[in-house]
Amino acid sequence: MARIAGVDLPPNKRVEIGLTYIFGIGRPSATKILGTAQVSPDTRVKDLSEDEVSRIRKTIQDQFTVEGDLRKETSQDIKRLMEIGCYRGLRHRRNLPVRGQRTHTNARTRKGPRKGAVAGKKKATKK
Amino acid sequence: MARSIKKGFFVDYHLLEKVQAAAKIAGTRKPIQTWSRRSTITPDFVGQTFNVHNGKAFISVYVTENMVGHKLGEFAPTRIFKSHGGLTRKEI
Repeated sequence: MARIAGVDLPPNKRVEIGLTYIFGIGRPSATKILGTAQVSPDTRVKDLSEDEVSRIRKTIQDQFTVEGDLRKETSQDIKRLMEIGCYRGLRHRRNLPVRGQRTHTNARTRKGPRKGAVAGKKKATKK
Repeated sequence: MARSIKKGFFVDYHLLEKVQAAAKIAGTRKPIQTWSRRSTITPDFVGQTFNVHNGKAFISVYVTENMVGHKLGEFAPTRIFKSHGGLTRKEI
């Protein structure tokens, strides 16, 4: 079993796909890693030799921030925005969309489930 | 798309002049009043206080090192949010 950056990779998938199970690595960076580590993207994760695994591990360590480090970095960036009191920080504080999207409707990803009392109440009175 | 690095930060010329003049005067600094929300905060701005116009009033912004690279307007909100929900309570 290949364990890279604290994540167990799925043994039956191609490495190219398997690497994307690591937080911070998607398809493009997976291909790039395999290119520099000189591992064929078509090999299955279980067929990787020890040497290949260590080469992949090394490239990730040298060129990428993944998993916990990346999460920490992102949350620090957001924290910085909130601290300096800029517009983007204010939006983060209120859990509203940050990049100028409309909030009249939609924006449910940021706002969470609907809790408008008005719509439900009208229905109840009609019945 | 991000701005080309070749061009450097955009700062309104009239603001740049004021900042440079203020930098020469040591001691207690008077806030710089400005309407130029579009100007980027450069490292020269650090430690200055700006009064940034939000369309209605001037909001004082003390520039720290973290703010470099942002625009002055980001620190002077132009909208006020008055909360919803007062109406529903009346209906009950």
